[in-house]
Amino acid sequence: MTRMFQIKQLRGAALCSALALAGISIAPGQAMAEKVLKFVPQTDLKTVDPFATLSYPVRNFAYLVYDTLFAMDANLEPQPQMVDSWTVSDDRLVWTFKLRDGLKWHDGAPVTAADCIASLKRWSARDGLAQMMAKVIDKYEAVDDGTFAIHFSEPFGPVIEALARPSTVPSFMMPERLAMTDPFENNAEAIGSGPFKFLADEWNPGSKLVFVKNEDYIPRDEPASFLSGGKVVNFDRVEWVSIPDATTASSALAAGEVDWFELPPSDLLPMMAAQDGVEVKNVDPMGSQAVLRMNFTQPPFDNKAIRQAVLSVINQADYMTAVAGDPDNWLECPSIYPCGTPLSTETGAEALMTAPDIEAAKQKIIDAGYAGEKVVIISASDVPIMQYMAYVTLDLYQKLGLNVELQATDQGAYFARRNNRGTPEEGGWNTYVSWVNSADFVNPIGNVMLKATGADGYTGWPDLPNLEALRSDWLKAATPEDSKAIAADIQTVVYDEVVYIPLGQFKLPTAYRSELTGVIEAPMMVFWNVDRQ
Amino acid sequence: MARYILGRLVATIPVLITVAVAVFLLIHLSPGDPAVVIAGEQASPADIEKIREKLGFNDPLLVQFMTWAGQMLTGDFGRSIFNDYPVSGLIGERIGATLSLALITMVISISVAVPLGILAAQRAGGWLDRAVMGLSVLGFSVPVFCVGYAFIFLLAVWGKLLPVQGYVPLAEDPAGFLARMVMPALTLSFAYVALLARMTRASMIEVIGQDYIRTARAKGLGVPTILVRHALRNASVPIVTTIGLGLASLLGGVVVTESVFAIPGLGRLIVDAILRRDYPVIQAVILLFALIYVIINLLIDLSYSLIDPRIRDR
Repeated sequence: MTRMFQIKQLRGAALCSALALAGISIAPGQAMAEKVLKFVPQTDLKTVDPFATLSYPVRNFAYLVYDTLFAMDANLEPQPQMVDSWTVSDDRLVWTFKLRDGLKWHDGAPVTAADCIASLKRWSARDGLAQMMAKVIDKYEAVDDGTFAIHFSEPFGPVIEALARPSTVPSFMMPERLAMTDPFENNAEAIGSGPFKFLADEWNPGSKLVFVKNEDYIPRDEPASFLSGGKVVNFDRVEWVSIPDATTASSALAAGEVDWFELPPSDLLPMMAAQDGVEVKNVDPMGSQAVLRMNFTQPPFDNKAIRQAVLSVINQADYMTAVAGDPDNWLECPSIYPCGTPLSTETGAEALMTAPDIEAAKQKIIDAGYAGEKVVIISASDVPIMQYMAYVTLDLYQKLGLNVELQATDQGAYFARRNNRGTPEEGGWNTYVSWVNSADFVNPIGNVMLKATGADGYTGWPDLPNLEALRSDWLKAATPEDSKAIAADIQTVVYDEVVYIPLGQFKLPTAYRSELTGVIEAPMMVFWNVDRQ
Repeated sequence: MARYILGRLVATIPVLITVAVAVFLLIHLSPGDPAVVIAGEQASPADIEKIREKLGFNDPLLVQFMTWAGQMLTGDFGRSIFNDYPVSGLIGERIGATLSLALITMVISISVAVPLGILAAQRAGGWLDRAVMGLSVLGFSVPVFCVGYAFIFLLAVWGKLLPVQGYVPLAEDPAGFLARMVMPALTLSFAYVALLARMTRASMIEVIGQDYIRTARAKGLGVPTILVRHALRNASVPIVTTIGLGLASLLGGVVVTESVFAIPGLGRLIVDAILRRDYPVIQAVILLFALIYVIINLLIDLSYSLIDPRIRDR
């Protein structure tokens, strides 16, 4: 019996060896006729319609498939992309745009002015800055097939900046037949004019997305810079491979099965950086801004003095250390506009820049009439960065003597709860912490947290007419100096009212195979210009 | 027998209806709102409300249930509210990976665990028995992701023998399919071998002590014949039950293993759907799981009558 068993064992081992050997022939190093780039995205794609949902993975997807009229360069200056040239009337009420020759949709149809007008209308329903612009647009006019005009009822300052907005909802252009879809309905078809075509029939949701080089795409002559310039594609095919486990993804990168891992968790970075053939790098020059929001409609944070007391004890370094660890990956930034961007300023941020004094803040809270109300911090336990910041906040609130409780759920429940205006007992909340891609915060209109229109505003619901008036004024600023001055005034109000508290600016490094060259520095991963040595 | 099978199949209908109602109520009454997830973090309340309206989430719960139930009765599982993919298509794409993983795991587990269990029972108290029991405790105790990572490191990163992750269908690339199934199947087998070996050992020890086994020995029958033809057959009812329930559990999705090896199976499908509150996908997949359990339980019951004539005669 024992002998029989040993024979079975040997057979089993032989089978395993055979399978392992089979693996050798088809595992890493598989010969492929096409030049393929395999990329592990931060999370799976929810939809292929860039206007149906406001999410970073969808935006990143859209940058492959769609093109924009304008795009930001590395100096955050808008540059023409699909547009060849443009003019503005002396009264600044009529802006006329001429499209580049030879632009084609992925279905082969030419890009027309009518397509762009329909796309702009759909975009205006979803983007904050576009919505503000739409309020002062009289009409769109298709001058000819390749030229269109926007007629304004009053001058609007940042027209080109709006059209070049890199995030969250850039002005992606799509054929008129798709752009006519209700902006709140999902377009299942992804037809753009961008440098890559999306292969819908190879899409396996939750597993793989495939893009192929758009052979009809004509890159601009300028070198690629940030999101502008010539989008030269060097790969025949780009595959987004969903690997939900970060350790597996890092192993796959080390083994050369994938070329690029978008967002490795910070605890794996030292190990990955030490691996041969793997490069760990910050490619997002602006990074992300972490924020703390208090609920203006619920006690105790409906009390401005208590919000100010919390602001006075925030130490950004505590949050950034928890989130990004290595000081090379973060900086303290007292500006509501990302540090290093044109509107960045320290005006009004004295409370944040002063050394925290917990005892003084505790006294302020008592003096402000805090009656021991329960303070609920909400967080998503499946989002580590959020959870780390929630723990720091919990500790801080406990030190301040607040009757605090951290209630963590999964993301689905968290987002629903964040939009609940009720008391914490009714499913509402008092505080949350989050973070936003800095590209979204470069101006006071794109920053949704500054929307201070009460119940129909952004979650947290501040109702501050003076802030709204300043945001409107910023849109009318005639010169860059005026723009900066109004932006500074806005920041003063933000800190006085404690609309939200910036918790620091951090970068999340990406990791890719050392053979890759030409990775563009931009707020998101883009796949043009990249090549393999 | 045919009447018995028919009766059991009819009895599944109230089970499935109960599961359908329970799942529908659970996911609609639990916190979370797919409209918020679709709209995105920076959406305004007005945007979210528009999406809710479009998706029909403002309709009374009863209306939503009747609409869904009506679709299900016509064989329409609906579409994912996120990517607009037909739910039946999503399940179809995922079930192959899950089925393959479950079957290969079971083949490995049965091939290894049953002989081990028999040998351990035959030498109860000896070193082999202790070794098998020790390995079983290890199999139960070590988390499946640790075993997975260990295999990845040893066989893929360090040994460079197998690919780290992924799945290719058998029909597309048989060699690639096998290479990618080895590590996840071995990982899962680690726990199932432990479970099955213990169960086989316990059942066999009980049977080996019976008088008829002693009689068989006295008649001079060989050890293999006694163990396999007499003892194993009589000990196999609990073993078959364990195998059946193990298979059902594997078909119900092995989320951790699927995540560690990036296998697009049903486990990941349901977890992703739950995190997003993708109601049509959650409802359809859980109903499918219920159906799998009911069918496998039926097959287990039927197998009893094949294994043991006394059950058939009852």
